Amino acid sequence: MANIPQKIVHQYLRHDKKFPHVWCAGCSNGIILGAIIRAIASMDLNRDDLVMVSGIGCSSRMPVYIDMNTLHTLHGRSIAYATGIKMHKPKMKVIVVTGDGDCTAIGGNHLIHAARRNIDLSVILVNNNIYGMTGGQCSPTTPHDAVATTAPYGNIEPDFNVCDLAMGAGASFVARTTAFHVTEMQNYIQASLEHPGFSLIEVISACPVIYGRLNKKGGAPQMMKEFKDNSVPLTAIDKLPKEKVEGKIIRGILRKEIRPEYCAVYADLVSRVTPNNGGDK
Amino acid sequence: MQEKKPSKAPKSPNATKAKSAAAKPAKTESKLSELQVTRERKTVIMQGNEAVAYGALDAGVNFFAGYPITPSTEVAEILASELPKRGGTFIQMEDEIASICAITGASLAGAKALTATSGPGFSLMQEGIGFAKITETPCVVVNVQRMGPSTGMPTSPAQGDIMQSRWGSHGDSPAIVLYPDSVKESYELTIRAVNLSEKYRTCVVLLLDEVIGHMRESVRLPDMANVRVINRIKPTVPPHWYKHYDENQKYLSPLASYGDGYRFHVTGLTHDAHGFPTNKSVEAGDMMDRLRKKITYNIRDLVQIESHEMDDAKIAIFTAGITARAAKAAIAMARYEGIKVGLLRPLTIWPFPDDAVRKMLRNVDTVIVPELNQGQMIREIRRLTKDKSDSNVVAIQRVNGQLITPNDILRKIKEVS
Repeated sequence: MANIPQKIVHQYLRHDKKFPHVWCAGCSNGIILGAIIRAIASMDLNRDDLVMVSGIGCSSRMPVYIDMNTLHTLHGRSIAYATGIKMHKPKMKVIVVTGDGDCTAIGGNHLIHAARRNIDLSVILVNNNIYGMTGGQCSPTTPHDAVATTAPYGNIEPDFNVCDLAMGAGASFVARTTAFHVTEMQNYIQASLEHPGFSLIEVISACPVIYGRLNKKGGAPQMMKEFKDNSVPLTAIDKLPKEKVEGKIIRGILRKEIRPEYCAVYADLVSRVTPNNGGDK
Repeated sequence: MQEKKPSKAPKSPNATKAKSAAAKPAKTESKLSELQVTRERKTVIMQGNEAVAYGALDAGVNFFAGYPITPSTEVAEILASELPKRGGTFIQMEDEIASICAITGASLAGAKALTATSGPGFSLMQEGIGFAKITETPCVVVNVQRMGPSTGMPTSPAQGDIMQSRWGSHGDSPAIVLYPDSVKESYELTIRAVNLSEKYRTCVVLLLDEVIGHMRESVRLPDMANVRVINRIKPTVPPHWYKHYDENQKYLSPLASYGDGYRFHVTGLTHDAHGFPTNKSVEAGDMMDRLRKKITYNIRDLVQIESHEMDDAKIAIFTAGITARAAKAAIAMARYEGIKVGLLRPLTIWPFPDDAVRKMLRNVDTVIVPELNQGQMIREIRRLTKDKSDSNVVAIQRVNGQLITPNDILRKIKEVS
């Protein structure tokens, strides 16, 4: 991982247009945006060939601030818009920034089908366990028993394991990290951009103002400390006793495999059926 | 195919078309792309849905995303076979919501994109249609109407989506909706829909009747040399001068694509001229005005209306699509008996051709509005004829999966004459 100075990060922002940002103090979204920019900068990608697509929610406001091709779409539909862009311009790198409600509730259908197709999108799922923008309602990733404004007596539903869902649907790159592990996050984002196929990175993020307050998690520093203490790297699981792993956030690249990528498969189909290429018809 | 008599009225479709073709500079016209393969054009038997698919290809559509639904599926099937052969993209999405999103995304990346669906899918697409309109992204939605509400009667005709195609998406938004009455016209209006979407940077809807989608007629498609194709205007300014919603003449502004080096922002939030979200009431008002004026300032270019036997008519029939064909047969029978009756048939139903209709109804005593719904188009006619008493606007409405027949209309003509 290359160390990217602040000055370079600044160049990737629409700093003259769109600041101050909309996020609350202590929100992890800025950290995640920083990691995305550092990953892009260290790969030396041309910004003209990068698209960031998002849906609706706090994290989905990210595209406004980053200087590249950006698209802020409808609630839950970012992956569907991204599919259209990627299919028409397969050479562009498409990053999808989406939240837990956006991606796994209203947009769950698009997530599983994009994963099944293995289309080359880098989906960064910012999981803060709550609907922040609408004021703290429970989402499919709100933990069981956690409090939300629409679950005032504690959430009675079980929560999603989003990475398992993506792997079950066929995603070829799946990783999980937290907003505390910034370097790891940057590395995973870079790996997902380099990976030819559908990739999903779940970033567990802190919403101290709403989720933290409702669930008495303390402020942003306490939540960050919890991410640090309460997570174990995948590589350490085998070495640790069972009780030290149970209930913890498992960080790491959970899956990385090479499968035929959808746009490449489609290009192959086109070359097979195009008359000029000696195809059958 | 029924004969389409060129009318002497000044607003005949032929006259309008010829005029607009002559008035437009060649600037936006393009050379034929690889997609528009020159085919030998023989007279063939063709279905309305096939005509839509070939119209799309001839208009330069190179991206289709859709979801199977009766009675529009043939459009997807044909494009699934044809687009890959021409280097275009076909993708079957997981639902209609994803379909409208994918074509909008592809269009922002520079594609000419189209989807086809029917009532239930059209309902699902409404939010995405609103997004394409507020972000001024060209795309075309073909809605082969079936009887609703809900699942309704999937293989039976109805004209129930006339108001939905205008007001279906929440909030005020412009609408361009075209309505053919034959297989040949399905081909022509598909091309026109794609052209208008590129020119006006909006989502254009093509409404087909189920029976037109599935009906087979003998048609001869024009040679590619005679097909007029409009492509979006590309910006020529350097990237830092580019405004995604630039106001130049008549609210038609250049459109950059992702990957062209312009690095613009697109959002479904109310935005300023650069495309960034705004909460300022002045900018919000400007944006809404722009969406409205884009249509109202260009109404003469958008409206097409066929006037049939209207010169001496005392009774006018106002209807679109398949019902207009029944009306023409009824008119022939009524004229044989000496009743002076004519037909006004809008090819563009939205924006509603207010001025043209008002002018043409001036000398008419009674207007009959036959439609396969419980009264949608008749509201517009009542609005335009409010100086006449209501009894002069007569409805024929049917929603049971059956068509309105020439005899139904003839009976009503005799009743009011």
